[in-house]
Amino acid sequence: MSTLLKEVITENTGIRIDQCYQCGKCSAGCPLSEEMDYPPSYLIRMLQTGNADLEEKVLRSFTIWVCLSCETCYSRCPMSIEIPKIMDFLRERSLVEHKSNRKAKKIIAFHRSFLKSIERTGRLYELGMLADYKLHTADLMQDMDLAPKMLAAGKLNIFPELIHDRANLSAVFSKTIKKKK
Amino acid sequence: MALGFYPGCSLKGSSREYNESVLALARAFDIQLTEINDWNCCGATAAHNLNKDLSFALPARILALAEKQGLSEVLVPCAACYSRLATTLHELKKEDGLRTRISEVIGLELKASITLINVIQLIEKYVLPALDGRVVKPFNHKVACYYGCLLVRPHGILNFDREEEPQTMDAVMAKIGASPIDWAFKTECCGAGLSVSRTSTVSRLSGKIITDAVDRGAEAIIVACPMCHSNLDMRRKSINEFTGSPSSIPVLYITQALGMALGIERKELGIQRHFVKVEI
Repeated sequence: MSTLLKEVITENTGIRIDQCYQCGKCSAGCPLSEEMDYPPSYLIRMLQTGNADLEEKVLRSFTIWVCLSCETCYSRCPMSIEIPKIMDFLRERSLVEHKSNRKAKKIIAFHRSFLKSIERTGRLYELGMLADYKLHTADLMQDMDLAPKMLAAGKLNIFPELIHDRANLSAVFSKTIKKKK
Repeated sequence: MALGFYPGCSLKGSSREYNESVLALARAFDIQLTEINDWNCCGATAAHNLNKDLSFALPARILALAEKQGLSEVLVPCAACYSRLATTLHELKKEDGLRTRISEVIGLELKASITLINVIQLIEKYVLPALDGRVVKPFNHKVACYYGCLLVRPHGILNFDREEEPQTMDAVMAKIGASPIDWAFKTECCGAGLSVSRTSTVSRLSGKIITDAVDRGAEAIIVACPMCHSNLDMRRKSINEFTGSPSSIPVLYITQALGMALGIERKELGIQRHFVKVEI
């Protein structure tokens, strides 16, 4: 078992962080760069150093959560480094180690409400998900003008669509995201 | 022609006009769509952001159900669902170990033998060859074809069109009489999954897309992804507040534009459901 985060990434994803030669194309093309604390190429450089303090900053960064997985970085990387996959790995790791950035609270709350909705019904139940999200973010007023307009346009289901084999889906959740580490 | 069909959650809810227009188009060209029985959500952005195994297991269950039903070619109109299903298929084919493990997680046999097609491929393969003489109302407008992220990236997995300056939607729109414009934001991100949790990001990113399309004279933006559509259409109020130059350019699914050109009733295509009124 290696202790360097970049090596753990290689073991889990097959991606070699040291292949990056810091051309900066990913940061230049990233639509979210300006909202990140470290643009993608900085994040990769921090991992390359193997410095424990910098690795800690990576796991605690806002960058990994505001990344939209738009795949622009990967498509333009001259070394074809799959940065979106690295981001996925870092997000999961950051959660497991309870290091997620405070600014990302709402983003994570949304993902959790989304998955909770699927676990219960099998398909996304938008009203239920939004109610759960509001409950966890105390952002009660958000999108209050949107819901009635969506209802009027027939874009919001009042009741969830339930799949039949919900037991199967519940087992999928217990064997993955809910598995005891 | 018979195809499997995975509508996904958006098409059953906030983007039901996409579903309506896909079905109308299929009817018009005698394409039988068989929905996958008891399908579940693909997990979208949330699953791959939080847990890798879950992000493979949810799409894998869908693929396994399609196989069980004997479907070989499956239409997936939502670009986000398509991306999750294609990524999963790609990884499952690459790694036998992963396929065995995920098959155990979902409790279903998994061959990873399905072929997926997106809505543009459906149009190219089954609609364009039969289009002669069918266009009764040419779509006589300047249009900005907006591909977004997940229709074209990553190329290694999707193998569709090209990542920079794609052309397939433009070619389809030209076939029904439209004039596609050259513009800079064809494959820029709309803000996608941050729509609810960080609306300001969506306003900024989608604002740039709308501004460029309008500045270059487009009369409509044409899309093939429910997330792109809901951000550009339902979030227009906050986008307009952000850009400071309110725009009323309508956003249409490519299936709706095609349907209009074929003379299909606007209501059958769900055009009245848009927040930004379609006055073309």
